This record gives sequence, C-alpha cells and structure tokens, in this order.
Amino acid sequence: MNRHKIESVVKFIFLILGLVTIACVLLITVYLVIAGIPAIREIGIIDFLFGTKWASTAAEPQFGILPFILTSIYGTAGAIVIGVPIGFMTAVFTAKVAPRKIRMAIEEAVSLLAGIPSVVYGLVGMLILVPGIRDLFDIPDGASLFAAIIVLAIMILPSIINVSLTALEAVPKEYEEASLALGATEIETYFRVSVPAAKSGIAAAVVLGVGRAIGEAMAVMMVSGNAPNMPDSLFQSVRFLTTAVASEMSYSSGLQRQALFSIALVLFLFIMMINALLNFLMKRDKEG
Amino acid sequence: MKKSIAIIAAAVLAMGALTACGSKAEETTAAAATTAAATEAAAETETEAETEAAEELSGAVATDGSTSMESVIGILGESFMQLHPDVTFTYNPTGSGSGITAVQEGRCDIGLSSRALKDEETAGGLKGETVALDGIAIIVNNENPVTDLSLDQIAQIYKGEITNWSEVGGNDEEIVLIGREAGSGTRDGFESITGTEDLCQYRQELTSTGDVITTVSQNPAAIGYASLASVSDQTKTLTVDGVEPTEDTVRDGSYKIQRPFVLVTKDGEALSAQAQAFYDYAMSSDVADLIAQAGAVAIH
Repeated sequence: MNRHKIESVVKFIFLILGLVTIACVLLITVYLVIAGIPAIREIGIIDFLFGTKWASTAAEPQFGILPFILTSIYGTAGAIVIGVPIGFMTAVFTAKVAPRKIRMAIEEAVSLLAGIPSVVYGLVGMLILVPGIRDLFDIPDGASLFAAIIVLAIMILPSIINVSLTALEAVPKEYEEASLALGATEIETYFRVSVPAAKSGIAAAVVLGVGRAIGEAMAVMMVSGNAPNMPDSLFQSVRFLTTAVASEMSYSSGLQRQALFSIALVLFLFIMMINALLNFLMKRDKEG
Repeated sequence: MKKSIAIIAAAVLAMGALTACGSKAEETTAAAATTAAATEAAAETETEAETEAAEELSGAVATDGSTSMESVIGILGESFMQLHPDVTFTYNPTGSGSGITAVQEGRCDIGLSSRALKDEETAGGLKGETVALDGIAIIVNNENPVTDLSLDQIAQIYKGEITNWSEVGGNDEEIVLIGREAGSGTRDGFESITGTEDLCQYRQELTSTGDVITTVSQNPAAIGYASLASVSDQTKTLTVDGVEPTEDTVRDGSYKIQRPFVLVTKDGEALSAQAQAFYDYAMSSDVADLIAQAGAVAIH
C-alpha cells in the first residue's frame, strides 16, 4: 500500500518536471512572437525580410535583414560543405577502420572539442585565424565570412562525428559480413554497405550540424567583422542573424530594440524548420 | 529511445541559442533594478553614521537625455543616493535632443546633453553647464608609421574617400576601418564630432572598446577609435592636428575630438532642493575621481 503511494508521488514529481520543460518552451515561443511582431508590422514584412540595408540608428533608420539572413544561410552552408566531409570520414574511420587505441584517442579528442566554450573558439579565431587569413590571402582584413565558416566548421564537427558514429555502429554486422563473404574489400564494404544502411542517421547528423551552426553567436561575432554588408564575397565583413541580435541589444531602444526581437523570431522560425526536418529524418529512420 | 533523446537534445540545443538572446534584454532591466537595490542597501547602512552630517533631502531627481552620458551620470547618481538615501535618482536614456526637450517641457529636473546647447535653445530659456569632457582617441597599430592626422583626414578616411595609408604618409596598404556598433556612445560621439554620421564605411563593428583595441593591435592597416581613458601601449595613439590627446589638452580644448557633457536646466527657474543639491554635487571638485572612473575628463 505504502509502496504504491510512493510510486504515484514519484510519478507525479516526474510529470511536474516534464511540464516545466514544456512550459519553458511555450513561454519562450509566446514571448518571442509577442515581442517580435510589433516591429515587423511597423516596418512591413517585405521591407523587413527583403530590405538590403540595415542602419538602425541612422537619422532615417532602415531595418532590412536580408543581409543577415543570407549571411546565416551562406555561413551555415559553408560550414556544412567543409565540416561534413571531414566529420563523416572521421566517423567512418573511427567506427570501422581505426585500431582500438587510435579510436579511443579520437573519441577523447572529439568529446574535448565538444566541450570547448564558444568564446574560446572566437578568441582563438580572432587572434590566430583572422590575422592568418589576412596574410594568406593578402587582403586588408581577415575578419570575414570565410573566417566564420572555418570556425563554424570546426564547431559542428563533434555533433557530426558523434551522431554519424552512432548510426554506423547500429548497422547489423551481418550486412558487412555478407558483403565481405561475397568478395568485396573492406573499404568497398564500408562505403557501399555500411554507409547506405546508416544514411538517415548520417543525414540527421548533418541537420544537427546545421542547427548548431545557425544558432552560434559568440564565436562568429568575434571573427566575422560584424558590418551589416550583403555577403557578396567570401572575404567580406558580414553579420549573422544571431550576431545582429547580440551586438546591438545592449544599447538599443525603441523600434531598434523591437526589430532585434523580430530578428530573433526569424531565427527561431529557421531553427523550428530545422528541428522539423530532423524529426522527419529520425522518424523515417525508425520506420525504414 | 536513443533517438528520442537525440531529438530532445537537438531541441534543447536550439532553444539554448534563443534563450541566450531573449534573456539579455531582461537582464539589463534586472541588473538596473539590482544596482538600485544594492545602492539603497549600502546607503541604509551609512545613514546611521551620518544622520547629523547632511541635512535631510528627500523626493526625486529626474534626469533625461544623452545615452553617451550613461556611465558618468550613473556613477554620479549612485554616489549621490548614497549620500542622500531618501532621494530617488532616475535617469532616462533618450538622447540629447529628447533630454533638452524634456527640460523645456518640465518633464524632468535636469536634462543631459552630450553636445553644447545651440543658440536657439539658449534663446528659448535654457542654460547649459559642462560637467565633464569626453575625449576620444584615434588609435592605429604600433607598426604604422603614421603619427598625425588632421580632423578632416580622419573624416575622409572614415567616409571612404581616403582608402590607402600612402595618401596620408603611411605604407601602401588599404586602410581598415574599425568602429563600434550602432547605439554605442563612443561611436555616436566620434561620428558627430567628425561629421560622419551614417557615412562611415566600417570594415568591422565591434561591441566593446577592448575588442577595438585588440583588433587594431592585430592588424597593421587598421585604424580605430576608443575612449581616451582606455587606450594603452598595445596600440599607437595618433595626434590630431598635431595635438596629443591627454587630459590637459582635452580640458583646454586644443584636442579636437572631444565633446562636452552638459547639464541643462531652465534659466532663471529654481530647481527643487534635491535637484539643486545634485547639480552642485555634480559640479563640485569632489566628484573628479568618479568622473575619471567613468572614462571622462573632469573639469572642476
């Protein structure tokens, strides 16, 4: 009798804790929508989303966030183009080819990489990468979209490696053994059998990487130069959606501040879409 | 099971990015509230000691105006409230123009302006008195051979009319313009003094003076501006029209990139006792250290 009572009390506590999480999500969503809508209405959704000029404190302020949206998309795409092949190959090597000791070393390194705070990535980027890019490409200043892409590519590596690794390990041994028995070499087996079998897990890894890259603020703020230019070139100083919010928030007021909340809302919608895609991939994986 | 954990983890990661942005705004107000609370608490402990010393002032002192004066007026307001615990000091950061209008319309006791009053404003019955001066240093990399620029050259550089250091006697390198983010008081001050409002072709917009100094120290072709109080030997400070920026040259007006912080009141109309006490306090020589601490140059 008493044990049943304890059981139900514990269940109730768990329920409350679960509800707290959901309440947080709801609260943030509702707050962002309420805080983000007024400026969009005042500026006009077309001018806001497709305006190419951001001059929030000018005598005649302009609030076009297309440069930020494009920068976020290009920056994330660039990080994926560089980070995914490296992460994916590392995962295949670690899961299938690497001897035990090397495997352990790689896993250690990856979890260490995942634990580095983003401000440290930013600082190292600012002090080493930015001057390095300046010298290497002989341009006046290294703080650019390119620098941000490099930093983001490194930052998404741990998520890509870890999730791909899990997916590759879940491939049944029999598949590989059958392939080997039919005369395929080991590398053929890994790329023709194991990888296709793990493909939706690997796709999920990519989407997770996208989510991480698009939401990163601190590190990119320190290396991207932060001028609200349209991203016409890799070596231009650019501002991301995240950094647009973070850089001006502290002194902002009035419509400028409201517009920053609207940017956060746009970013939120992007991340919702990415999560929906992630859910879809995971579900397909479960069914297939 | 593993997958649902992954989904939740992804959601949490994504949310984390947003909460960080969302909470910042609230933090500012929360921080302001706590500072006020802390000051009150500190003041309370002091009251017993000095009940006899100061005559009891109470009521409110309302100030309104320049956002650039935030640090100076904040530090003066806090220390004033410590001296007079029954006085509530408020500061509304609206901008110099709005602050001046607010005094004129009687919506605040003292207006704050980070520029001298215009003739039509003094003609309209307002009086301005400078409480402190704000000097802005122009900094370049230590390797840069340039040591002096004229005010006009600086404006042309920031407007993108001069783009190479060789045009002003330096190496053949493209000039990299480093500035502050929109809304920063230093940026506002620099741009209004050089007449480059909304025209600056910034290569980088950084969010703190420290970042500006670090970036300029890293790039031989960079030029930046920073509050006079915060420059160090990490970078080279340029002379402007041949004048080196020091507290003395700012005070005597020979260093050009400076602006006054002005307290604005109605001419010929008496302030409330507490507002007058604050006014006198701010203009006294006792607060020179506090003003220096806030990064400005005291003049009294």
